[in-house]
Amino acid sequence: MTVQSNAPLNAPNNNETDSHEIVNTAPAPRTPLREFWHYFSSNKGAVAGLVFIVLIFLMAIFANVVAPHSPSDQMRDALLLPPAWLEGGKWTYFLGTDDVGRDIFSRLIYGARLSLSVGAFAVTISLILGILFGLVAGYCKGVVDVIIMRIVDIMLAMPSLLLAIAVVAILGPSIFNAALAISLVSLPNYVRLTRAATMSEMSRDYVTSSRVLGASPLRLMFICILPNCLAPLIVQATMGFSSAILDMAALGFLGLGAQPPTPEWGSMLADALQFVQRAWWVVTFPGLMILITVLAFNLMGDGLRDALDPKLKQ
Amino acid sequence: MSTSKPIDSELILKATKLKQHYHVKQGMFKAEAVVKAVDGVSFNLEKGKTLAVVGESGCGKSTLGRMLTMIETPTEGELSYLGQDLLSLSKSAQKKLRQKIQIIFQNPYGSLNPRKKIGSILEEPLVINTSLSKAERKAKAIVMMEKVGLKAEHYDRYPHMFSGGQRQRIAIARGLMLDPNVIVADEPVSALDVSVQAQVLNLMMDLQEEFGLSYVFISHDLSVVEHIADDVMVMYLGKVVEQGSCEQLFNNPKHPYTLALLSSTPQLSPEKRRKRIKLEGELPSPLNPPSGCAFHGRCSYANDRCRSETPLLRTEDDSHLIACHAVEENRIEAFAEGVA
Amino acid sequence: MSLLQLENLSVTFGNFRAVDNISYKVEEGEVLGIVGESGSGKSVSSLAIMGLIDFPGNVTADKLTFEGQDLQTMPEKQRRKLTGSDIAMIFQDPMTSLNPCFTVGYQIIEALKTHQGGSKKELKTRAIELLTQVGIPAPESRLDNYPHQLSGGMSQRVMIAMAIACNPRLLVADEPTTALDVTIQAQIIDLLIELQREKQMGLVLITHDLALVAEVAHRVIVMYAGQIVESGPASEVFRSPKHPYTQALLASLPESAAGKARLEALPGVVPGQYDRPQGCLLSPRCPYATDHCRQVEPDNQGPIERQVKCHTPLNSEGRPAA
Repeated sequence: MTVQSNAPLNAPNNNETDSHEIVNTAPAPRTPLREFWHYFSSNKGAVAGLVFIVLIFLMAIFANVVAPHSPSDQMRDALLLPPAWLEGGKWTYFLGTDDVGRDIFSRLIYGARLSLSVGAFAVTISLILGILFGLVAGYCKGVVDVIIMRIVDIMLAMPSLLLAIAVVAILGPSIFNAALAISLVSLPNYVRLTRAATMSEMSRDYVTSSRVLGASPLRLMFICILPNCLAPLIVQATMGFSSAILDMAALGFLGLGAQPPTPEWGSMLADALQFVQRAWWVVTFPGLMILITVLAFNLMGDGLRDALDPKLKQ
Repeated sequence: MSTSKPIDSELILKATKLKQHYHVKQGMFKAEAVVKAVDGVSFNLEKGKTLAVVGESGCGKSTLGRMLTMIETPTEGELSYLGQDLLSLSKSAQKKLRQKIQIIFQNPYGSLNPRKKIGSILEEPLVINTSLSKAERKAKAIVMMEKVGLKAEHYDRYPHMFSGGQRQRIAIARGLMLDPNVIVADEPVSALDVSVQAQVLNLMMDLQEEFGLSYVFISHDLSVVEHIADDVMVMYLGKVVEQGSCEQLFNNPKHPYTLALLSSTPQLSPEKRRKRIKLEGELPSPLNPPSGCAFHGRCSYANDRCRSETPLLRTEDDSHLIACHAVEENRIEAFAEGVA
Repeated sequence: MSLLQLENLSVTFGNFRAVDNISYKVEEGEVLGIVGESGSGKSVSSLAIMGLIDFPGNVTADKLTFEGQDLQTMPEKQRRKLTGSDIAMIFQDPMTSLNPCFTVGYQIIEALKTHQGGSKKELKTRAIELLTQVGIPAPESRLDNYPHQLSGGMSQRVMIAMAIACNPRLLVADEPTTALDVTIQAQIIDLLIELQREKQMGLVLITHDLALVAEVAHRVIVMYAGQIVESGPASEVFRSPKHPYTQALLASLPESAAGKARLEALPGVVPGQYDRPQGCLLSPRCPYATDHCRQVEPDNQGPIERQVKCHTPLNSEGRPAA
């Protein structure tokens, strides 16, 4: 620590910041991003989750490069082959093949593409709508709030999977409709979360001072309040990603999601259910894939919450 | 100070019988209660002067501040700024005049948007209300930062990197960005340490001189008020009980509540200590205010008239207003000035 | 024998020294005021005495005794028994110090039960007695109240009742009136002083309000950045401060300024973890600092009852002596 001795001897007039300068050995103030990373990286599980998610995203994006086979090619000479390390397995079909001779490894990789894009689509839609309705409800209060929140309550009163099935049944089974149904059923969480955060931010002085400055309602909602509500929403969105993948798998399992021969983790499970006794690998690997991906998202969500919630910081 | 009134004194803000009544539901089967948060407050604020509003929590001083800045619309009364009635103006005209009355809050940790850099916090008023270019806005913000004792390099920092005193400087700078004439300061220094409080008070006085600002200074700390105020208004349960110049109020307080407040404030020097007037009991609930004079339950001079009849503000001598039957009837023995 | 005696008490949190080698004594029947700005370590030092510093905080002291008993070597169980009965503490925010889930009566009776015991009826009588003692009107009916039904002043009275429940020898009050209104503050302080006189307790009054300390304390300790910079009889310290920091604090009070003159504000802020200066901790803010001050940390000077941690203590005219 070096102390500059050239400060005037009798200088009671140097202002607050000047005197700071003389002894300033504090580390440069961290930007919010770096601070976030500092807290996030201290959570090992969250980092592991993040690494896995990045890997799986890369895999999904470069599926046609990574995958050894086409997901829909049926190898008639290799039906129900076991994984490579078992007796009778072949290294070309690393995780074995299914009942019509498709390579499970390749189908999982292409399935990731589908599951992740469905998750992203569902989360984006419900996030946008949820923020919109939640902000309006929290900001306007009164009748608008009551109407929005009662609709949300009604949606919450139905089992979400049942609601999704009903929506898909009306719209017809397809991936797009399934994703739409999933985003619809997860909407209430986002609305409630945004509304609660908005209402608590509304009472803060900085919102009042923006109002005194003449800020319009739109500016108050989206520029002033929204950035301060984002932290819980990001966490919810991460967790929502995993539940979207799960719901998608469930819908796929019920035959309401992706239609064959599209490779999708849930429908892969459903199609192979009858071979559970004979060929465990056809069911195990898609199941594991769903499990690990959901786990990774949840771990990352936990880490995000710890890093973004100022109350948990010291 | 009251004698050295400048001849060209200019009336900036004039409030007449301002009232703010809230309707509070008390449950399904009970009638709605009316809380008279502010009940008929009038004052004149001149250019370059400071009006202090003093009182304990729940006396309506913050509500008054919120009405002056038009965060809340008064249920009754008039509020005029430079002769224009603020409450009857159109929305757009109101928005324009609103820029001229700004507010500074007590808690410097809550009044700055935590997700915004100091630069954009300071520029927000300009973005909303002017059509200045980005560079012009930045230049103005940096000039203002220097005015309040911050450095240009603080422009890109976030509020959490600053101490309480520095944040209050930022809040003051933001309040000044639109060249206001009136600043409503709601307990601006009560969350700060003594030495930092002095810095901020000095800054506020310097800025008042430089820009000719008028302050409505809301505070519970009488020693700060005595230092900064020109005129003082003491409130109790939504009503003004005593109003006058700083000298009148501190040298010749009349209302029993003012006396009690002054005597309850700890004094550093033994010579200035006053005989402690012990106030019995607590502040009454505004939901269920006492009949007559709101203060009668805690006042040692209360008689039957105090309990039944609400005292009105009366001019005692030279613009010194007091609302008290006991003072009117000379029931209070001469108050020994500052003698323990 | 002093009631409480500590020598070279330090509290560290990792690399940060919140309290830095402080020593003081509290005698029986004495009111000791500890003043300082936020971050001066005044609250942390009292928490350390109460044994309330949790991980990662670390408390060290050459001596920490209460009525001659060493608090550091004492078994944990015995110490817990001592703090709470013989040493009691009241906190700044009365609204959060009471558990909102239980009635006032239940909480007082629980406190009595752990330390004294007795039948249910006795405990209840004692609780009513305590509430009467702290000036709560209609104490019987208050026993069934929940904390949210009480005002701030009432809650603080209840906290005081709980603190004096076991007739403590020493009461540590950490900013007991900061959250209260002026007239209520006066009531609470009067009550504390009255109880202190009556029971001949030692009272440690921690506050940032210099005037309050000046009115009620016998002796005063001024803390700055974890260190005691000046100590002595209250009247003397406030009349002729010997440390530049005390002088500056007093000068920055609005009542010290004449008319509309600017206050003599001490520039800068209390140093934190990263900007702790070398030498005297006040040197970057001190108007009298010399190169010597900036390099060498001063020792305590003066007689034990009137100490000052400064190379050049101020004389009676408020100027550095040589």
